[in-house]
Amino acid sequence: MISRRNFLKNTALGIAGGALSLAAFEIVDPKKLMAMEAADKAKLRWVFLVDTYKCVGCGLCVKACKQENETPYDSSVTRTWVERYVLTKDGKVHADTPKGARDGFTTSKIDLGMGKMEEINNADIDKAFFVPKLCNQCDNPPCVQVCPVGATYQAPDGVVLVDRTWCIGCGYCIMGCPYGVRFFHPVYHTAEKCNFCYHRISKGLKTACVQACPFGARQIGNIKDPNDPVTKIIMTERVGVLKEEYGTKPQVFYIGLDKEVR
Amino acid sequence: MKNHVFRPLIVFLGIVALILLARIVLVPKDFGVGERGYMYGWHRHGNEEEWKNQIIKVKYQGKEYCKDCHSDKYESINKTPHKIIQCENCHGPAGTPEGVVHYDADKRPKLPIDRSRAQCLRCHYPLPYPTSGRSKIRSIDPDKHNPDIECSSCHNPHNPMGGLR
Repeated sequence: MISRRNFLKNTALGIAGGALSLAAFEIVDPKKLMAMEAADKAKLRWVFLVDTYKCVGCGLCVKACKQENETPYDSSVTRTWVERYVLTKDGKVHADTPKGARDGFTTSKIDLGMGKMEEINNADIDKAFFVPKLCNQCDNPPCVQVCPVGATYQAPDGVVLVDRTWCIGCGYCIMGCPYGVRFFHPVYHTAEKCNFCYHRISKGLKTACVQACPFGARQIGNIKDPNDPVTKIIMTERVGVLKEEYGTKPQVFYIGLDKEVR
Repeated sequence: MKNHVFRPLIVFLGIVALILLARIVLVPKDFGVGERGYMYGWHRHGNEEEWKNQIIKVKYQGKEYCKDCHSDKYESINKTPHKIIQCENCHGPAGTPEGVVHYDADKRPKLPIDRSRAQCLRCHYPLPYPTSGRSKIRSIDPDKHNPDIECSSCHNPHNPMGGLR
């Protein structure tokens, strides 16, 4: 027999549990929702353009990014990194990014991880190039969809930001990003990612990586401005994006992308 | 109706009211839907402003920042192929995480100059990759070319084509 005391206790617990979800409800006006979806009056949408022909793999962008954005310099994580792809005549793809290319590529050996290095004969190389990577600031960001608390979101200008005070550190967004650009910040233990140097671009400055690149391999622009040099290139030249098949609508465009680049 | 139905109901309503009240207190006033709609725009609006101005300070100022006081270096490097390199790429950022910049004369941070061979080898290590700009840069084999001394002992990075020191 269930006692009166236990019955009341269990009922109260059950009701409290049920009420938790109730508290999240908000009365939504469908008309208002429709209007919000339709309104695309934004005059600003940040996009990025990478020219892989110009990149020499010096890694000065990574060095600048880590210092500008206070990612601990000797930690293994970084908001941006540079990958090296070496395609040899036997059809193999060799790729590495030692320390995210923070110190550039100062050896012809490929870093296989765990301290192992692979020597590649220069005569065997078919093609080889460098690909800088950073957050794609997707138009359909999967990382934002999976956030259970509303800590990560897309700003009106397209940049995906993380609210450090609101992030609970569940890591869903880190798993959800197909490009692997998210990580836990070693100091704050919250999700961290490239945000196109939001503190710089909102003051009219270039991002730290764009400014640090000596070769003009990285550019940032506003796709809503038809006179922006970046917009002109994206609209008139052959550019590619990473993992288009995922439907994330990435907004980092690449010149000279190869099918081997993942 | 008997008491045993109403008394738990009062408890239920009380708990619901308590939770809704806690929600009002705990959720910030500016939390809500942004321009990107319910799926992508659900956030605390004040955070946008925090990222713009509070969380991180601008550290890299760009070479125009150095021009006024160090005009000699600025002008001489601009006549060389190294003009594409920012001063701060080797000299370190002119601002600190606390927001102190190099112009602040009394508390000016000392810039850590990177004179290491590794810094020069970022570009000048030979990687003859056919489809990359890297193959067009002049390079040296660091194991054979004076391995024990800093590049800047002989070469002037501000005037790399101007002969040896």
